Amino acid sequence: MGVFASPGRDTGTFFSSLLSCRSAVRRISQWDPSALSVQIAAEIPEYNPTDYFPPKRLDLLDRFAQFGLLAAREAVSSSGLEVAEEEKPRFGVVMGTGMGGAGTFDSGFYSLYVKGETRLHPFTIPKIMHNAATSQICMEYGAQGPSLAICTACSSAGHALGEAFHMIRYGMADVMLAGGSDAPITFGMFRSWESVRVLATGNGDPSHACRPFSADREGMVLGEGAAVLVLEEYERARRRGAKISAELAGYGITSDAGHITQPSVTGPARAIRMALDEAGVNPEEVDYVNAHGTGTRLNDAVETQVIKAAFRDHAWRLAISSTKSMHGHVMGATGAVEMVATVLALDRGVIPPTANYTRPDPECDLDYVPNQARDKKLRVAISNSFAFGGLNAVLLVRRPD
Amino acid sequence: MNIEEKVIEIITREQHLAPGLVKPDSSFAELGIDSLDGVNILFALEQEFKIDIPDSIAQNMRSVGQVVDALTRVIEGRDISDLVAIAKGAGAASAS
Repeated sequence: MGVFASPGRDTGTFFSSLLSCRSAVRRISQWDPSALSVQIAAEIPEYNPTDYFPPKRLDLLDRFAQFGLLAAREAVSSSGLEVAEEEKPRFGVVMGTGMGGAGTFDSGFYSLYVKGETRLHPFTIPKIMHNAATSQICMEYGAQGPSLAICTACSSAGHALGEAFHMIRYGMADVMLAGGSDAPITFGMFRSWESVRVLATGNGDPSHACRPFSADREGMVLGEGAAVLVLEEYERARRRGAKISAELAGYGITSDAGHITQPSVTGPARAIRMALDEAGVNPEEVDYVNAHGTGTRLNDAVETQVIKAAFRDHAWRLAISSTKSMHGHVMGATGAVEMVATVLALDRGVIPPTANYTRPDPECDLDYVPNQARDKKLRVAISNSFAFGGLNAVLLVRRPD
Repeated sequence: MNIEEKVIEIITREQHLAPGLVKPDSSFAELGIDSLDGVNILFALEQEFKIDIPDSIAQNMRSVGQVVDALTRVIEGRDISDLVAIAKGAGAASAS
């Protein structure tokens, strides 16, 4: 697995940071946010692209594609994955992204409408296109198999993992790199999000801004970064003596067909059931839920109802946490960032907390593992992604033993 | 700096090449410049000289010499119709 996100630029640092309940949210530093009402984000601090890529390579890489490549780099090297030439047609890449080359888009618009330029840089299109991360990763690792870019807003990476999983399950591929990347921290994005009125301002205290499931929660915090996981057909992994962190066993994918921004209860609950059914797992066997948990008034209340609908009485015995409280809402990458946290929780037997849990909300009355990581041997976990537009992704993972 | 020197400087910079590698008689193929790199170089030249290089001649600029010749003519407002014909001929040849 590989992660490149605000709490850490590798899985070790990332997970340690989550376990110490440290929020990576701070005042935006990539550009001056003073004109905005929301000035905070889960930014990757002091990120210098030239530390990681030669200048010629960078010409063609928007920030979101850079993050995707960096997460893929760690995933491939840490897994010891080697793909022989004849295997490459059965090796693919599926990456989720919400905003694609947002930074390139933003500077392009500035050139066009503010500076009045009549020519934009010829690399604008290859940098902006939502499939840039997928294609660059394919090129880097010689992946010639089924490959896609998935754009379902907040569920993009969840769907990417699920689709890649199914490609292996249904015999189209033997190895997949799957995850997501997003770098949505631009002035234009923030102006757009401001008007939706769901972002937390933090009131001068950025690290406490995102408070999922708390009575005084005031909204979500945008984040940037990427995560990639190596998905491998079981026999292939076993034969090469791979370190198997978890078994991806279930994928639920449903549509609310309700409201363009507000979640329903039944759509997400059906997605949870679908993931359980595919894995052949009873609700009572699930130990941990990595929630979508954005920290908005609406999501957290509705998600609580969703969990109760899907698990009934068992809902009160589940450990649930929202790691967005610490890494922010990484948009099209968040499903993969959270899957890394979920897999590490399973693997190490410790649950990352919901940070900034200040006051219980009667509408959110389940166990959200508040403020402190919890040692617990876990067997089965699920990760939820419930997107704007009612598109849901739920993934079920279990220990390989 | 004259046009030729400027063209060499810009190609060197855009392609991240070692100084002295790009010569007046270098072809793009020799320098490892593909068509995507080519449009990037043209963009940089347009910015530098504040001109517009028409698509009709852009595809035939595949060597330093051809670039310098076309640029000089565009800058000086001279006739480029033979360059358009060459480009069209090259286009027809590659399409067949």
